[in-house]
Amino acid sequence: MRIAIVDESAVRASIIEDGLSEFDDYETFVIAQRDGLLAQIAKIEPDIVLMDLGNPSRDVLEEYFAVSRVLDRPIAMFVDESDDEAITSSIDAGVSAYVVDGLAAHRIKPLLDLAVKRFNAFARLQTELSEAKGKLAARESIDKAKRILMDSRGISEPEAYAELRRKAMESSKRIATIAEAVVTAHELMGDQS
Amino acid sequence: MTEQLTIGFLPLVDACLPILAKEHGFAEEEGVDVSFIRDASWATVLDRLLYGHSDAAHLVAPLAIATTLGRGRPAQPISVPFLLGLNGNAITLRPELSATVGTRGQMGAPAAVGERLRKEAVLAAKSGRKLRFGVVHRYSSHNYILRYWLAACGIKPDQDVEIVTVAPPFVVDALGNGALDGVCVGEPYNSYAVDRGLGDIVLTTSQIWRRGVEKVLALREPVMVEKQGAVEALIRAMRKAGAHFIDPANWEENAHILARADYLDGDPKPIQRALSDRLVLSQGQPPEVFSDFMFQHSEAANFPWISQARWLYSQMLRWDSMEYDPSEAEAATRVFRPDIYRSAIRGTGDDLPAANAKVEGSVQAPLGVGAEEGSITLKNNVFFDGRAFDPDELETYVQHDN
Repeated sequence: MRIAIVDESAVRASIIEDGLSEFDDYETFVIAQRDGLLAQIAKIEPDIVLMDLGNPSRDVLEEYFAVSRVLDRPIAMFVDESDDEAITSSIDAGVSAYVVDGLAAHRIKPLLDLAVKRFNAFARLQTELSEAKGKLAARESIDKAKRILMDSRGISEPEAYAELRRKAMESSKRIATIAEAVVTAHELMGDQS
Repeated sequence: MTEQLTIGFLPLVDACLPILAKEHGFAEEEGVDVSFIRDASWATVLDRLLYGHSDAAHLVAPLAIATTLGRGRPAQPISVPFLLGLNGNAITLRPELSATVGTRGQMGAPAAVGERLRKEAVLAAKSGRKLRFGVVHRYSSHNYILRYWLAACGIKPDQDVEIVTVAPPFVVDALGNGALDGVCVGEPYNSYAVDRGLGDIVLTTSQIWRRGVEKVLALREPVMVEKQGAVEALIRAMRKAGAHFIDPANWEENAHILARADYLDGDPKPIQRALSDRLVLSQGQPPEVFSDFMFQHSEAANFPWISQARWLYSQMLRWDSMEYDPSEAEAATRVFRPDIYRSAIRGTGDDLPAANAKVEGSVQAPLGVGAEEGSITLKNNVFFDGRAFDPDELETYVQHDN
């Protein structure tokens, strides 16, 4: 079975491709370029196309399928039009699947499940990455704010941190938010210490 | 109690009413809390609507009907209680083609431009490469209006030229690299092409059908029933947003809101040109004032006339080469829900037409029409070729084209 993965994110495409290598009767093709998308699809002649929901070319692809229906190569969306659960989990994961009509559901289901899992895994990776970046940025502003307090008030580092924490608790805000405010205020006031 | 509605949209100027209803506090005033999901394709906007990620969507009108009739996806009944606007799209050609068939820097006349384009299409086809036009979706008014114009000018859309689907963000590049000779697309993409010198606006879609139905607010029918109170509140809020939108004093502010990263994520200048009906048609030219470019409020523009749904169905039959089917026609008509619009507006003093249908394309000079509330004067709503569409004569209208 021939599977085309249309994804401009090379990382996600390779995560999916890697997962599909578990199956021995699938051949995968990754299309990462938007130029000539339809020509590539035509050349690959896939049985299944996977595409992320954020791809602006979905309408272009669906138009192609609508037209190719005339050419007796019908492609239906998802496993089975009545399989709402599979569709819902795909949409939740952010992947759309197009399947040649008449392909046996038992051959598609494991593949779609895997695509959903891999999409979710990729989304988790991204969330973790942005959380890590956020934490790093928070750490930086707390360090800066401590330095400002230490310099301007002549207090020690633990005292500066305790000040930030006390203010945060008083105003029910995160320490990082208080620290950002200190840094911004300091930048606005200029270096007066 | 404040109800919550999540609305899916594509980053286009005509997504403005729900956005401005939220940003100016009209939604909150009416007791509805609106949030948005932006997407990059109509397919995804529709999938999110059908599988519950969104309650309502900014949608190309024919797609609401196509979905109800089960074209391309399993049939699901869609309801349209509000039109997000009339017209507001344009036809933009590569500058070399525009220099031949258009009047660069001036708005052309549809019949004259079409006649010159027909000659160019014949030449191009003889040389082995047909002229190629882009539209944003098979089931879009862009596709239907472009085809209507071409066909009325003697150009067979499926034989004499090629019409392909292109995602709006890629339209400008496609004109630039020669993949497309022309596009019919919404704003700000025509203006982006003009600003980069890669396209000239030769016609607006309103010149082909004045007051033609454009994007709609679409919901799954069961969701509309379940959340009717919130939907009606949103309708009232969007009427207020429309009044704000058309006031010249607010153009600049509204353009900046729409341009924000979480909405259109674009340049406020071309957005302002679109919403103020002052398009620059060719790079470096002064803006042309064309007050009929986009209609978001006046003349009860948001009222979902069932005659408009029937016209869209007539075009679906025409271009999908399907036979007229009375039960399909009935289902298509029922997609538009003037009853919900009425229920939302009644008692507010806002304009409310007395009828649910009208003969489309029949008004040439300002015409006072019956109103249940307020007073309504319809203005020019003709098709450029002078044909009118009587919603009771749908079958005859379709036969005329075959």
